[in-house]
Amino acid sequence: MSLHGTRRRRQAGFRWAVVGVIGLFFALPIVAMVEFTTRAPGGGRTLDTWATLFNFSVIDADYPELQHGVLASAGLTLLTVTIMLVMLVPTMTWVRLRLPGVRRLVEFICLLPLTIPAIVLVVGLAPVYAWVAYFLGESSLWLALAYVILVLPYAYRALDAGLGAIDVKTLAESARSLGAGWPTVMWRIILPNVRTAVLSAAFLSVALVLGEFTIASLFSRDNLQVAINLLGKRDSSLAIAAALAFMILAFVVLLAMSFVGSSRRSSRSEES
Amino acid sequence: MGALLGVLPFFAYTTIFLGIPTLIVVVGAFVDGNGQPTLGNLSALAQPQIVSAFVHSVVLSAVTAVLGASFGALLAYAVSTAREGSLMRRLVASACGVLAQFGGVTLAFAFIATFSSQGFLTLWLKKYGIDLAGSNWLYDPYKGLVLVYTYFQIPLMLIVFLPAVEGLRPQWREATESLGGSTWNYWRHVGGPILAPSFIGAMLLLFTNAFSAYATAYALISQGSPIIPLQIGGTLSSEVILGQENIGKAMALGMVAIVAVVMTLYVVLQRRTTKWLGS
Repeated sequence: MSLHGTRRRRQAGFRWAVVGVIGLFFALPIVAMVEFTTRAPGGGRTLDTWATLFNFSVIDADYPELQHGVLASAGLTLLTVTIMLVMLVPTMTWVRLRLPGVRRLVEFICLLPLTIPAIVLVVGLAPVYAWVAYFLGESSLWLALAYVILVLPYAYRALDAGLGAIDVKTLAESARSLGAGWPTVMWRIILPNVRTAVLSAAFLSVALVLGEFTIASLFSRDNLQVAINLLGKRDSSLAIAAALAFMILAFVVLLAMSFVGSSRRSSRSEES
Repeated sequence: MGALLGVLPFFAYTTIFLGIPTLIVVVGAFVDGNGQPTLGNLSALAQPQIVSAFVHSVVLSAVTAVLGASFGALLAYAVSTAREGSLMRRLVASACGVLAQFGGVTLAFAFIATFSSQGFLTLWLKKYGIDLAGSNWLYDPYKGLVLVYTYFQIPLMLIVFLPAVEGLRPQWREATESLGGSTWNYWRHVGGPILAPSFIGAMLLLFTNAFSAYATAYALISQGSPIIPLQIGGTLSSEVILGQENIGKAMALGMVAIVAVVMTLYVVLQRRTTKWLGS
């Protein structure tokens, strides 16, 4: 109510104009992808490509690489998020409680991957992955070990904001004085209190892992993006349809998560 | 001492997967194929195709950082005027989250569907006598790649800049108005200076983002390696030429050096701006 009516209207007009023009700019390639994938051989329109994409038995039989890629990316997402949370949440909590002196160092290390391009990391990781393959095998799933490094900066920022918003010290000390061990403190006291931050860290990691191509491609491993790229060499129409479908899927998941996060926050503020 | 044990797993992990790889790049850049110290890898960087790849990469990243930051900031401001929690805000934020990360292969395919010789826009414009396919502009680092990269730079700018724009309080605007200031005065003397440090910071993040991007160009360009990440990728996949691998490490070191220069610039700039704001 603090803004004048005329400025408010002008602002709304400006908002719609900017979002509209930039929206059109972004809509163009998406419209083109739909148009490209619905072309019929002799001209006209057909939904054959999309029917093939959603016919899972045909996909399994004729395009096994796509199935491998989807499964690998699903596993990678799960593994990356798990390792990231299991490593970062206790470490960051512990640093706040007992080792405030190394906090700057941990922050520096976590933000470092922002300044090291993924391609540079690949160059240095090649010998490390030779050892990983020797000890753990050639499975694509071990890419998760490198992906954790890629998501560090984003996860650190989200978790740091979450931990900063609660009184870690008081919570932990109360739990300890009531006889809780450290695992209980982490699992039942800290984790529930930074739920929103964990969700947003996980969310950013999911988006990053699903979109990752560089490392998987250069180490000749499978993931979703490698599979789509490979598919593009065989059937460009189907590959473009698959790329569009997975992008829309990711968008829907992100939008849904934005509602989950905010409804939790608002319901908690109503309680208090 | 016991307290240090708690952070041991974190330091062990980051040493193996971040520290050692960085060390391998730095050391490898100064070692030849037989493990003897050499400066040959660094002097190999003077090869014309590597120099031009570096120049392409830097110019491409700088141009798309400026474009992405400008349009992204405009979009962020427009979105920030919408009510918090409104559908428009959620839609734009989620779409940008996806587009910023899904650059890569998806984006390259989208461009093939739009601008290639059989693409939607090319065929459509052909009807009106405009020929897009002729000059191969899509694969030119200064034309096609600039356009492609803005498609992930603008969304990234929105994500990193929206929190800063949200920090602008309506009261500041009202205070400017009650003192007789115009919209221009507000942006020139209040909004602009407040946002400047985060704007420049975001722009530099965009620079490093474009500088390290590999997948989009890889999926789009089938011949030649006009930008430096593709050159490095090439040295990794071709094991035919001995010592080529270590030239890749030298190029990687060059990339890190450029990013380091940009980051130093950022720190200096930020110190300046905080000094200006403080006085």
